[in-house]
Amino acid sequence: MTHPRRTLLKLTTLAAAVSLSLSALATDITGAGATFPYAVYTKWAEVYQTATRNRVNYQGIGSSGGVKQIKARTVDFGGTDAPLSGTDLDAAGLAQFPTVMGAVTIVINVPGIESGKLKLDGPTLAEIFRGAVRKWNDPAIVSLNPGLNLPDMAITVGFRSDGSGTTFVFSNYLARQSASFKSEVGAGNTVNWPANGVGGKGNPGVAANVQKIAGAIGYVDLADAMKNKMRFVALKNKAGHYIVPTQDAVEAAAAGANFKVKGMAPDLLDQAHKDAWPITSATYVLAYEKGADPAKQKAVVDFFTWALNNGQKMAEELGFVPLPASVVRMVEAEMKTIK
Amino acid sequence: MSAVMTSNPVVVDDQGSQARQANQVRKFKLQDMIFHRVTLLFALLVLAALAGILVALTFEAMPAFREFGVSFLWSRVWNVPDERFGALSAIYGTVVTSVIALSIAVPVSFGIALFLTETCPAWLRRPLGTAIELLAGVPSIIYGIWGLFVFAPLFARYVQPYLQAVFGPVPVIGGWFAGPPIGIGILTAGIVLSLMVIPFVASVMRDVFETVPPQLKESAYGIGCTTWEVVTGVVLPYTRVGVVGGIMLGLGRALGETMAVTFVVGNSNRIVGSLFAPGTSIASTLANEFGEADPGLHISALFALGLVLFIITFIVLAISRWLIQRGIAKQGK
Repeated sequence: MTHPRRTLLKLTTLAAAVSLSLSALATDITGAGATFPYAVYTKWAEVYQTATRNRVNYQGIGSSGGVKQIKARTVDFGGTDAPLSGTDLDAAGLAQFPTVMGAVTIVINVPGIESGKLKLDGPTLAEIFRGAVRKWNDPAIVSLNPGLNLPDMAITVGFRSDGSGTTFVFSNYLARQSASFKSEVGAGNTVNWPANGVGGKGNPGVAANVQKIAGAIGYVDLADAMKNKMRFVALKNKAGHYIVPTQDAVEAAAAGANFKVKGMAPDLLDQAHKDAWPITSATYVLAYEKGADPAKQKAVVDFFTWALNNGQKMAEELGFVPLPASVVRMVEAEMKTIK
Repeated sequence: MSAVMTSNPVVVDDQGSQARQANQVRKFKLQDMIFHRVTLLFALLVLAALAGILVALTFEAMPAFREFGVSFLWSRVWNVPDERFGALSAIYGTVVTSVIALSIAVPVSFGIALFLTETCPAWLRRPLGTAIELLAGVPSIIYGIWGLFVFAPLFARYVQPYLQAVFGPVPVIGGWFAGPPIGIGILTAGIVLSLMVIPFVASVMRDVFETVPPQLKESAYGIGCTTWEVVTGVVLPYTRVGVVGGIMLGLGRALGETMAVTFVVGNSNRIVGSLFAPGTSIASTLANEFGEADPGLHISALFALGLVLFIITFIVLAISRWLIQRGIAKQGK
């Protein structure tokens, strides 16, 4: 006869053994960083878990937070919109590769102006965003848009009030277009926007402000602009064409870029391709070349290998732009350094 | 029953029960002491947390104060790319939005509390009181979302042009209402804040008004006083201390409110004279910039802002204490 307490003990041991073997099969990894790719990483993680039982937990704490956390080795991978330089990567022993691309789009809310009808070039955009051009019927805008009926209305500049990679990309683009923008507003995650500006929290915050304020112009990422059905500005690219932001225009920008550099972070701004959207960027993952736990290192590589091969469609549906196939092969080669 | 019997001194007649009683007294004393010590410990936790926050804030803020000196407090520059920081625009936004909030909330809350305690029909008293308490429990982000999506567009379309037309030509005051009516800015933040503060101030005022002894009020009514005379002559003097406390509670909430202000204040680190212009507050600047702040001066400047808010709140509390003390002293005469 079996003692009931002993049966209980046996059951507990069995349960412990089962859970142990399960956890040996599935490796949980944690990543943290940029909020921009948060939607696509969590979508990938969810599908990946049902497919492989491996769990990936990504926390959108911001790009600089992601870099901080991976350097402190508290996470298995970090996410950043502002890529680290080759020397930084070497110094920290980190590998870096892109995962998806996106675009910063210019959206407006000017009564009577439909999406894609207003044309602007880089220098004029910089003048607007440093607060030098303050009326929609300013000669600088009118001369680019003959035939368009521009109202005598004050411009309100919509910007990101929280520090963000979107601001980083956009302000870097504008700083290249205008020296006065660079010295007055600056380039970075948080910059010094003009007095006729209104700050919104996150891409949704900026989108809401632009939609609520007549005469507003703002910058939001492609995914949020499409989700909110916002009115785009056609922006002049390096080849001289006016481009409306689309996923194809972002792919065109990537096609001309050389990803064969340390850190795989080529300059995607203002690409020469005739169809390229000028304010294109990629988001990056950071991982240790030599990690403390080989199982986790392998799990990171497995996850992103799976995602780059199976997750492209999911990324597109969320408004991101997948990497070109040639770049995916390069990322796979780069991930071999992660051990 | 038996416990009462044994503790009754009349029953004590032998050595054994005396010893038992002494034992029990010792036990009670020990229990009392443990109880005292444990509650003391809990109370000390508050002090420890407060001291910890103060020390941590000061420590982290030191690099910013070393770099900018005391002028951090009155410099209006907040330039992240150049790493030059000053607190004035955030202090300005915090103080101005709170002043607007209180100047709306205090009279309205006073009216609400008066109505509830003096003239409200009995059947309405309960539902109204509950509604106010419920309003106090609404999370601040709800006020923020409502402010951004519902209030700001309506305010921009109907109220701001009207204010500009009325006050625009008036010297000095006209400048407060200058600029494009975009619905988002210091004034909107102040109004949304006032709505958030009203339930707190109103329910405190109602509670203290209810403490006025009915005999006092009835005798005033009995000699022919109007309701207004009863309120100004009896209720207010009797409850002055509590009313000041309620207002200070509201002010404390307005000063520290984060999310709702972030939604509607416009988050622009500048001082423009107009109340229609976007601005920022200390709490909303912290909420916006902490996440992506670069280590170094930026983080330190944010901690310094936190310290400034801490000091402002402390000053507000100190003033309210002083007002209350003065009120009590006057009552004593």
